Amino acid sequence: MSKQNVDTVCDTVKQSEGIKQKSESADGSIAETLRRRGVSRRDFLKFCSAMTAAMALPASFAPRVAQALEESKKPTLVWLEMQSCTGDSEALLRSANPTVAELILDILSVDYHETIMAAAGHQAEEALDKTIAAFKGKYICVVEGSIAMKDGGIYGSTGGKSHVDRARQVCGGALATIAVGTCASYGGIAAALPNPTGAVGVQEAVPGVTVINLPGCPVNADNLTATIVHYLVFGKIPALDSKGRPLFAYGKRIHDNCERRPHFDAGQYVEKWGDEGHRKGFCLYKMGCKGPATFHNCPTQRYNEKTSWPVAAGHPCAGCSEPQFWDAMGPMYKRLTNVPGFGIEQSADKIGLGMAVGVGAAFAAHGLVSSLRKDKDPAEETKEV
Amino acid sequence: MSEPLVFKRYYVWELPVRICHWVNALSILILSITGFLIGKPVIAGVSPESYLMGWVRFVHFIAGYALLISVVTRLLWSLRDHCFSGWREYFPFLTREGWREIGMMLKFYFFIDRKTPDAVGHNPLAVTAYVGLFMIFMGMFASGFALYAEHAPSGVMHTVMKPVYILLSTQGLHLYHHIGMWLIICFVINHIYSVWLLDVKEKGGEITSIFSGYKYTTKVHVFSEGKECDENGCYIKVKK
Ligand code: SF4
Repeated sequence: MSKQNVDTVCDTVKQSEGIKQKSESADGSIAETLRRRGVSRRDFLKFCSAMTAAMALPASFAPRVAQALEESKKPTLVWLEMQSCTGDSEALLRSANPTVAELILDILSVDYHETIMAAAGHQAEEALDKTIAAFKGKYICVVEGSIAMKDGGIYGSTGGKSHVDRARQVCGGALATIAVGTCASYGGIAAALPNPTGAVGVQEAVPGVTVINLPGCPVNADNLTATIVHYLVFGKIPALDSKGRPLFAYGKRIHDNCERRPHFDAGQYVEKWGDEGHRKGFCLYKMGCKGPATFHNCPTQRYNEKTSWPVAAGHPCAGCSEPQFWDAMGPMYKRLTNVPGFGIEQSADKIGLGMAVGVGAAFAAHGLVSSLRKDKDPAEETKEV
Repeated sequence: MSEPLVFKRYYVWELPVRICHWVNALSILILSITGFLIGKPVIAGVSPESYLMGWVRFVHFIAGYALLISVVTRLLWSLRDHCFSGWREYFPFLTREGWREIGMMLKFYFFIDRKTPDAVGHNPLAVTAYVGLFMIFMGMFASGFALYAEHAPSGVMHTVMKPVYILLSTQGLHLYHHIGMWLIICFVINHIYSVWLLDVKEKGGEITSIFSGYKYTTKVHVFSEGKECDENGCYIKVKK
């Protein structure tokens, strides 16, 4: 233990060695690899407690997480790029603290990642084929982007192979598939009407395989790390909700953990961009916040190493991590979805009010006619009965 | 010269029926007002401690429970064998007599005939609307309680409501909950107008009946679903 407590000066020296040794340590334990890569014990423990918190476990679990990570072997990871904007990879690579990014992308032996790998073309495809054959049933597959299903999947292909076929092959042989981002989870932006490519999420494209959905636009890198760490620590995938999302990250509505919630309950709302309420940090409900309809841990986990998230920055939640985002979550700056089939600017309340006025007017007219008509003499009726 | 009219008094709405009616009316009023405020808050809290929206939502949930209990109570009450409040009243389209009365009612409403069916219990067209209203209520309960349960996704209510979440997204639930409110408001306009009209035209005490329980008729025999009824709404047993 004390040997691992190397100081930072030592770390820097070791870091350069670490790069040389990387290939040799391909199957060492994570802690060992980390040490070689120059991550201090202190940073490692800090990372472990951050992950413990991300998995919604009590802080007392941190030593267990650390121990498990020290002992477990690096899992093999392949990263497939489908119909996407690469925003999820970007979110991961741009994370401010390199330790976390390294953990994911370097330390967890990423054997295939189209965006960041050096190999290209057939060479890269070969590498993927080799990896999935060698580690069949043992590797983790991460999918980014939706899968185009229309017309036999011709609208999305890599290396001459359609994304659907690639997904069937790679996800089919994986231990588990992690769908990162809303597109990979539910189709996302590409699946918005009219969905020209027939885009769907991984689970729908490849039914039958184990898929963990980590929706969000982009995925929160910490949630991805926590999912992998959960697997390493407990040896199984985290508990999922009915939409395939880990409960530790998607178990609560944004609205129920939001820092602006006291303003919501108090009845203090932003009415216009830049008004006094907006400057004071009031609730964004009337600006179209979808927090009440969205399950995600943004308020607690935040983005970019807990720097901020949309509502903290003064923008309403767009509901990006729910199924059928974009269609079901529009319009972005209105609380309520428009009534389908009624032109673009018809809200339910406008139509409802119109209906009520119409009904009222019809009955008023009826009443007028009725009061002008002569009543039937009840005596006549009695005779008829 | 007509003979002097004899009005006979019938006890049509028993106390539980009247209580349910007024609980429904009151909770619909409260639910509509608070529901509208939740959808489009015009309230402005002066301080973060005021908890205005919190109270509006609380009242909405309580009124929602009140309506649910009232509707379920009325449903159970309709299982009793009764001329005017039994479940048979609600399905006039199951009998030929019922269809005849619906036809009469339509003719009256469209100014084709001036004769009213003089229904002592429910008017045959109105019950059809009540069946529709009941359906809207079911939709409102499903969407309302599904939305309410989302604050505790591991709770019992959330589990019970699972089919609803499969059917509609949360935003969809919000939307149909709004539309449901407007449908109920349209029903209320229709309902209030119709009781006024029939009160005037039938002269049977339509409006006061929901307070007192009594309606008046010049009919000598009152039938419900082909069986004769006595003044307390019980079926008169016919000896064969
Ligand atoms: S800003 Fe959005 S999520 Fe936060 S309290 Fe207001 S409505 Fe809820």
